[in-house]
Amino acid sequence: MYDLIVVGGGPAGLAAARAAAEEGLQKILIAERDGEPGGILNQCIHNGFGLHYFKEELTGPEYALRFVRMIQKTQVEMKLDTMVLDVRPDLTVSMIGRAEGYQVHEARSVVLAMGCRERTRGALAIPGARPAGILTAGTAQRYVNVEGYMVGRRVVILGSGDIGLIMARRMTLEGAKVLACVEIMPYSGGLARNIAQCLHDNDIPLYLSHTLVDIRGRDRVEGVTAAKVDDLKNPVPGTEFTLDCDTILLSVGLIPENELTRKAGISMDERTRGAYVFDNMETTTPGIFACGNVVHVHDLVDYVTLEGERAGRAAAAYVNGGCGSADARTIALRADGDVSYTVPQYLRLSGEDAGSVPVFFRVRRNIVEGTVVVRDGDEKVAAFTRKHMSPGEMERIALPLRLLGRVRAGELSITVEKVAS
Amino acid sequence: MKEIIREMICIVCPNGCRLTVDDSGEIGGYQCERGLGYARDETVNPTRVLTSTVRVIGGVHRRCPVKTDRPVPKGLLMKAMERVNAVELTAPVECGQIILGNLLGTESNLVTTREIGRAKEIISEAQAP
Ligand SMILES: Cc1cc2nc3c(=O)[nH]c(=O)nc-3n(C[C@H](O)[C@H](O)[C@H](O)COP(=O)(O)OP(=O)(O)OC[C@H]3O[C@@H](n4cnc5c(N)ncnc54)[C@H](O)[C@@H]3O)c2cc1C
Ligand code: SF4
Repeated sequence: MYDLIVVGGGPAGLAAARAAAEEGLQKILIAERDGEPGGILNQCIHNGFGLHYFKEELTGPEYALRFVRMIQKTQVEMKLDTMVLDVRPDLTVSMIGRAEGYQVHEARSVVLAMGCRERTRGALAIPGARPAGILTAGTAQRYVNVEGYMVGRRVVILGSGDIGLIMARRMTLEGAKVLACVEIMPYSGGLARNIAQCLHDNDIPLYLSHTLVDIRGRDRVEGVTAAKVDDLKNPVPGTEFTLDCDTILLSVGLIPENELTRKAGISMDERTRGAYVFDNMETTTPGIFACGNVVHVHDLVDYVTLEGERAGRAAAAYVNGGCGSADARTIALRADGDVSYTVPQYLRLSGEDAGSVPVFFRVRRNIVEGTVVVRDGDEKVAAFTRKHMSPGEMERIALPLRLLGRVRAGELSITVEKVAS
Repeated sequence: MKEIIREMICIVCPNGCRLTVDDSGEIGGYQCERGLGYARDETVNPTRVLTSTVRVIGGVHRRCPVKTDRPVPKGLLMKAMERVNAVELTAPVECGQIILGNLLGTESNLVTTREIGRAKEIISEAQAP
């Protein structure tokens, strides 16, 4: 019997396991299907990780290595090349490993940290032929950075997610010509700093409100046709232009990897495509917690780590019998107006009033000079001003617990308002 | 009235502040000193940290990620890549190993950013019954 089984050995899972070990849990297992821990960080060789958490700028592999070293100093057991097949509501976990075959383990608590995977072309329906040379940006990243294969010479990036932007720069450095980045939305899906240092730095044009209307080539991509789209995302006739490329990289979004979560019967939020979670990262199934990209897509690994630590500490508290006290009050967080979702979706107030609860959310459109307003019925309980918010960047507010104690309604509404000038 | 002659996004941290430079050279839009410094450098001598990979022989992976331990002038990035592409390491590789010192005279070193273990395949095949 394990005190805690962590599914996934990326930054979220590593942070959860380490925090739980620090809280005194003895028997902790991390199951990771890859041959090494670190998750997606191993292929993210660029820098820009850890500025919040370590106060220095690290590359993805360096950030991962720090956590792996910390884990090695604890009692935490790691099974690599081991894929979790099933997590049951009674906290039995089945897995299959290269070394040990099929195994079933019982646990007192479980942390889900499976991360996310990329949306693929099939999910998008681009017209045209089906030649070789079309791959997701993350797959290309793995080929180029870990396995050492160049994936193309003349590249068009479809979508402007961070992976696509990072790969635009990476491919340019490796001698490829990146012709354009084509984004259907009127705003970029990635961080502003990645637009600057990946596209602007290399003079790669970004076509917003554009999409690909045709892909040419029989065996290999030979070119694409792009066009402007109208407000309803329909191509505008007469705006077409062609790009002679041999490769298309798709960077059209990430989807939390939640097959296990669904099979376990855990309630899912259609907006985040992750589980509904309380402020301690517990799902609707007692004893099962979730953190990182499997809950909602993060831009920054630092926040993934902090979320993992919260899940790990809460799992330890659950095992030690100190969590989910019966008299705790539940408050739902309601995303209104331009706020598209919140994580957590629920707060459980135990009467404590020191500190604050971090609440993450995204907005639906670009907002300059906005105020995030938290309301209890008609009453404003908190407001946070922001210079700039965009759908491509996750926002975070810290709700002080002492304010929450006074909330009368069963839910708080979170909206964004324009600052009156 | 001063006129904004240049706008840029600060890349120093994920906040991505929108910086402005007006015709008198005054910088605006930053939220911290590092942003101000970035805008100054960017107008005189823009620099970037270079991250890439180098070839590894006999390792569990074929490539080892590397970075420059300080930013190098933007105009030298492609030239630096030529040097990077000529490097070949033999596993095992430690994280933080200096593989090229004083890259192109920039006082920046090229260092590895992960460890790469030696591939075990050959040994285990030999031991297989
Ligand atoms: C291309 C790219 C660029 C990024 N750039 C930055 C950046 O510059 N700065 C920054 O701070 N952040 C960046 N991020 C974000 C950050 O890297 C991620 O948010 C973070 O890695 C997510 O961590 P995670 O542990 O939730 O998921 P992951 O890292 O995806 O880890 C999940 C792990 O779970 C394992 N797993 C999944 N299912 C199972 C199963 N059934 N059984 C066993 N194991 C399983 C997977 O193998 C994987 O190792 C970037 C992300 C990407 C993709
Ligand atoms: S100005 Fe300061 S806070 Fe703003 S992006 Fe630059 S470093 Fe970050």
